[in-house]
This record gives sequence, structure tokens and C-alpha cells, in this order.
Amino acid sequence: MEIVSISASLRHNKAGAVLIALQIALTVAIVCNTLAIVKQYVDQIERPSGIDEPNIFTLHNQWLGEPPDLEARVQGDLAALRSLPGVVGAESGSGFPLNAGGTSGFFSRHPDQHYDDAWNTAVYYVDEQGQAAFGVKLVAGRWFRADEIGVQHPSDPNIPAVMIITQWAARFFFPDGNAVGQVLYLASPTPSRVVGVVERIETPWAGMRHMDGFVERSAFLPYRFVNNGLWYVVRTRPGQRAAVMKAAQQKLFAMTPARIIDSVTPFSETRQRIYARGRSSSLMLGTLSVLLLTVTAFGVVGLTSYWVAQRRRQIGMRRALGARRVDILSYFHTENLLVAGTGAVLGIGLCVAGNLWLAQRLALTRVGVGYIGSAALVVLLLSQLAVIWPALRAASIPPAIASRGL
Amino acid sequence: MLAYFLELAFRSLRRNVVLTALMVAAVGVGIGASMTMLTTLIAMTNNPIPDKSSQLFLPQIDSFGDASRTHDMRDVPYVLPYRDAEAFMKAQLGVRQTAMYPLALNVKPPQGDLFEASGRATYTDFFAMFEVPFRSGAPWGHREDADQGNVVVLSSTLADRLFPGVDPVGRTVNLGKRDYRVTGVAGHWTPTPRFYDTNAGGFDEPEDFYIPFSIAIDRQIETNEYACDATSLAANWEARLKSDCPWVQFWVELPHAAQVDAFRTFLQNYAAEQQRLGRYPWLPVTALFDVMGWMDHVHVVPSQVRVNSMIASGFLIVCLINAVGLMLAKFSSRAVELSVRRALGASRNNLFLQCVTESMLIGLLGGLLGLGLTAVGLSALRALRGITSQDSIVGHLASLNLEVVLVTFGVAILATICSGLYPALRASRVQPAWQLKAQ
Repeated sequence: MEIVSISASLRHNKAGAVLIALQIALTVAIVCNTLAIVKQYVDQIERPSGIDEPNIFTLHNQWLGEPPDLEARVQGDLAALRSLPGVVGAESGSGFPLNAGGTSGFFSRHPDQHYDDAWNTAVYYVDEQGQAAFGVKLVAGRWFRADEIGVQHPSDPNIPAVMIITQWAARFFFPDGNAVGQVLYLASPTPSRVVGVVERIETPWAGMRHMDGFVERSAFLPYRFVNNGLWYVVRTRPGQRAAVMKAAQQKLFAMTPARIIDSVTPFSETRQRIYARGRSSSLMLGTLSVLLLTVTAFGVVGLTSYWVAQRRRQIGMRRALGARRVDILSYFHTENLLVAGTGAVLGIGLCVAGNLWLAQRLALTRVGVGYIGSAALVVLLLSQLAVIWPALRAASIPPAIASRGL
Repeated sequence: MLAYFLELAFRSLRRNVVLTALMVAAVGVGIGASMTMLTTLIAMTNNPIPDKSSQLFLPQIDSFGDASRTHDMRDVPYVLPYRDAEAFMKAQLGVRQTAMYPLALNVKPPQGDLFEASGRATYTDFFAMFEVPFRSGAPWGHREDADQGNVVVLSSTLADRLFPGVDPVGRTVNLGKRDYRVTGVAGHWTPTPRFYDTNAGGFDEPEDFYIPFSIAIDRQIETNEYACDATSLAANWEARLKSDCPWVQFWVELPHAAQVDAFRTFLQNYAAEQQRLGRYPWLPVTALFDVMGWMDHVHVVPSQVRVNSMIASGFLIVCLINAVGLMLAKFSSRAVELSVRRALGASRNNLFLQCVTESMLIGLLGGLLGLGLTAVGLSALRALRGITSQDSIVGHLASLNLEVVLVTFGVAILATICSGLYPALRASRVQPAWQLKAQ
């Protein structure tokens, strides 16, 4: 009965009804897509790198002049770092996860030089103690043995006999199963055998844009990295990172003063830095969503107030004919539900369409039904809340107004 | 007449302060939030060198070849093998041209510790071509380009750090253990985007120093950006110069259409000749981009920024729909007043214009509020991203400038006028007899 009279009165107020429905539709569409984008940022920011993050720090080292005994120096530094109290492991390398810089090579299942099946893969140089230094989890096979470790200068064309890859890379290169024992080719006819699989280690570029699909395609190669200009990755016992960061620099300087040590960074800061942009974007989008909901709520208040003002006489008449205050209240709430509901349904359609489009352009993950539903529900609820105040004002219109001006 | 409309508008806005405040707030918040996000887009789509952007060109040649192009490097490399860059330099087809590459060297200051600075090996044409301002001194000459002169141009930042309070022109700087004579100091220069080298995204600051290309090659100073992977990079410098590993950037200035055509033909012939000589087993694809074409090609505006901007625009639209609703409410609550004015002889047009004036006033106030909120939003954004200087390339991405201010006001006023049209039209169609009788 009420629905009939509401739809009749809505027909008289097309403009207002359309405006509210449109506003609600856009709000639902924007909020649910924003939620999906923020969720993607958050997922990325929270993605584990695979290494023992709370206890790792990195530093960059360069010796002054051109030392002829680089290899011995790196070995000496590593021995010194490993002997420090509180240190679990240390490695030299050309990069580390989320560093935005490092080494990669083309890995292929086929020995020929045809690059169609060669995939850019991040490589980390480690020795037999690499597992301890990174704190990665070995899920199959074994770690490198000391007799397998060679020496790698930046552009040595070494082809390793053995390698360890991530679980992701194992599934990627060997979808049929067991990767351990299989071979891969590093742009060379000489095969490299996979001897172990680690649960995960992210690439140096994992946090950067345009790097989807290049997040966990990484491998460990059995080399000590030697260069004038390298990174040391140091893992400490829990709670001792800050102390070791100081001690490590003192120790290295005590051994050879003629060097530059910089970028001494706890891994937590590396993570912060690489995701700073994503974090600020999420925060902005989140703020925007809250503002949007507020604006929409005020819009509903404004437009409903306008309707109430327009229909003072009609309301008064109904009151005079016996409608209770509750009836007037419920009338406006039902009306709002009808209009906002239409808007929300429209919004869900817009949200899905927008999401499909974004999924194509941004490689955005599909927005879940839960998000669409909750965005629509929140907006509906808000709109019902917003209608309370004008509806109360409508309910307080005295029946006597009906008899005025007749 | 306008003064009268304005006076009426002011009065009407003062009468219902709450509704007015709501409208101004809706417009202001919409403008503020969306402009905060759109500022980044405006800065990123900026033309960094407006008077010359259609005269500067970057040639590409496909040194990887279709067969060797992998999934991760789907596109033609944007840098050239050294030998190709050298051939392009020798052709001298532009009024200016430069081969160049980024590098990093340790700087030994007169006092204090060594530190690393970013630099660029380039020809002297770089400075005139890209309109680099000079604070003192001048670029080196063509003679230094040819004779491997050990000269350097410093950025003002590096100059101030090395020689505080002194003009360094004529002095010597130690870079990578070699001495270079300072010929000039570049002034403050922040091309946004940094169009001449977009490898790292296009929003890095210009480098700290510039040295002649020839001396960098002679001293075997490595770049940090090879476009081939480590396994195919020749170990020895001479072999690297002869190899097909691309790492040298190249720009050419071609002010006339005929020169552009000539260069394009040259490029195609060159590619065909390289194939004929057996260097490439394929006919290399070639391309020639001007500055804005290149910005588009490398997607200098990240898709995230585009999406954020779309969301921001959607937000603005919702705020404006909101404003339409509120104005509808406001004007219709004044039906009686408008009826009286109609009855007293005001025409429909008069009422319409008066309502539009009122919405314009709201747009103006909303725009002012929006500008304030944009400033607040942008400073929050700078704080979030840890940007300290507004007058830098990253700073430009999150700072108010004249363009942003103008766009803000333009959008605010245009949008409120548009959203005021329908409510004003409805209000001016008021039936005086009906309204007055009902009282």
C-alpha cells in the first residue's frame, strides 16, 4: 500500500529521486573499486619476502683505490662479519630482495639460444652458508656444498653446475612436478641442475611497478660475489640487529680503514621505502572513500529535507487523516530504501563493469563478491541513517498545516 | 544588474547559512580531494620542453631482433649499441645531436669524505638542445668533444656542496680519481618529466655532473644501465664497444619536417644496410619519436596514476550531483520569494540569471575552499612520500603551481554553473499565482 503511494509521489519528484539514485550508484561503484585497489596494495605490501626480515640488515661496501686482492678482502670481510657475536650468517651479493637493484639472467628449459622460452630470473649469489644468512626455508632437495662454490665477478660468464630455485619458479619451469634433479639453461648450452627448492625469496624488483610475474622468479647460484662495490647481507639473532649494525661497521673499518660503507639499512626500512608510494596511494584512496561516503550522506540529508519541505501540506494532510508519526517516519525510510536500493543495484553493475575495465588495464584482481556486497550495504545503511533527521522533521509537521490555505 | 544579482545572492546565501555551508563544503571537498590527486596527473602529462618538444627526436633500432626478444623485453630497446650511436653521431643529420649515457663516479671534495654522485657522459649539444640554464660559466666546446677534454659541468647542488660560496668555474674537481676542469655550473633545472632519460620512470632528478662522452669512453667509465643481460655482456671494454649490447642513449634536434623525413630515411637505410652486412640476420625495426610521442610510448604516466585520477574525477562528479540536489532544495525553498519578484515584474530570465549568479558565487567560495584543501592535501602527500623540496621533479608531482590553481578555479566555477543550471531553470519556472495563493 505504502509502496504504491511512494512510487506515485516519486513520479512527481523525478529529479530528486534520480539525483539520489545516481549519487548512490556512483558512490557504490567508486567505493567498491577503491576497496579492491587498496586491498591489492595492502596484499602487495604485506607479501612476505621469504627472508628472515626482522633480523636482517644490509650494507654497501666499496674499497678506495683498486685493491688487487679483492677476493681475499671479500673473504676476510665475510669471515669477520660471521665471527661477530650475535650474527647468524652473512653473504656478499649484487642485490637483495626489494632492493630495486640486483642481477638477473635468462633461464630457459631449452639449451638453444632461442629466447622464446627464456625468462628473466633474479639471481642471488651465495655460498654454502647462504641459507643461514637469508633465513630462507628449504622445501625440497639440499643446499649447496662447500665444494660447489665458485667465484663470480660482475661480468664473468660463469654457468653454474647446480642451482636452487624458488617454489614459484619450480612450478613455473616444471609444471609437471618435481623440480629437483631437472635442468635449466642460462642462455648457454651447458645445463645447470636444480638441487634444491626454497619456499620463497622475492626478487629485488618485487615491489616495483610493471613487475607482475617477476615477484618470485628467483634463484640462488653457488658463487661468492666479488666486486669493488657490493652488498653484504647480514642476519642476526633476534633483538641484536641494532647492536650488530654498529659493531659490523666498526669491525670492517678496523680491518681496512680505506673503504666507504653506506646504506646501512635494516630490512624493515628497505620494505618501507619500496612500498612508500603504494602506502601513500592507499591512504589517499582510503581518505577519499570516507569523504565520498560523508558527502553522499549529506546529499541524502539535503535532498530529503527538500522533499519534506515540498510535501509539508501532503504530510499534514496524511497526519490529519490519521497517520501516526511512526507512519511518516517509516514512509520516508521506505522511500529512501526504494531509491537508494535502485541506486545500489545500479552501482553494483557499474562496479563490476569498472572493475573488469580496470582489471584489463591495471592487472587489478577481480573484486570479490564480498566487497561489492559490503560496499552496497554500507552505502544503503548510511543513506538510511542520513534520512532519520529529515524524516523526524517531517513527522513533527502538525496536522493543522493541512487546513491552512485551503 | 550584475551588482544587484550579486547583492541578492549574498543575501540569500546568508539567510540559510547551514545549507550554504553544506553546498560550499560539498564543492570544496570535491575540488580539494580530486585536485590533490589530479595534480600528479597534471604534472606527469606536462610538456617538459614546450617550445621544442616536436623538434627533439629519439631514434630506436631493434638490436635484439624478433627472435631474441623475450617476454620480459617485449619492446625494442630504447638505447643503442655503441657502434650504432657512433654512426648516428657521425651522420650529423640534426642541427644538434648527442649520444649519452648515465654513470656514477666517486667525488673527492676538497675537504671531507668521498661520496658517490650521479653523472652523464654527453656531447656539448646536450645543454643547448635541452635548454639547460647556466648559473655561471658555459658548456664545454665542440673541441673538447672531439679531443676528449677533461672538463665537467656541475649541477648547482654539487657546485654548492664542493665549493660553498665560491664560483667553481676554472677550478678542478676530482671524479673517479681523475681531475676535471669546471667549465660551467648549470642553474636550477627540473624538467618534469625528465624526458631525456625515462629509463627509471621519468621522474628522477637531473644528474649532478656532465662530462664529455668521448672522455668517458676513453677512460672506460661504465654505465649502470646496460639493456642486455649480464651473460651476454662482453667482459672487455673494446669488445663491449663493438658488441650489439645496447646501452647508449641518443637524441637529435630536427627543427624542419624535411630534416625529420631525411633522418627517418637514413634510419631505415641504416637498418637495411646492417642487415645486408650480415650484422643482423633480421631487418631491424626502426622508430623515431618526438618528446611527447616518446612520453606516451614509454607510458610515463603510470597506470596507477591514471586510475587514481579516474577515481578522483568520479568523486568530483558525485560531489557535483550532490550540489545539484542541494541547490534544487535551496531554490525551491525560496519559491515564495521568487514568486513575489515575478509578481512584481521580474522576468523569468531575470530570475534564472539571479539563480545562476548565486550558484556561481557558491562555485567561487567552493573553489577557494577547494584550493585550500588541495594545498593541505598536497602537503600531506609530500609528507607521506618524504618529499622535502617542492622545487624538484618529485616535488612538482605534489605541489601547487599556477596551472593547478587555474584548473582548480576553472573546474570549480564551470562545474557549479553547470550543476546550477537545472535548479535555476526550475526555480525560474515558478508559478507565482500558485505559490502566492497557497500562503
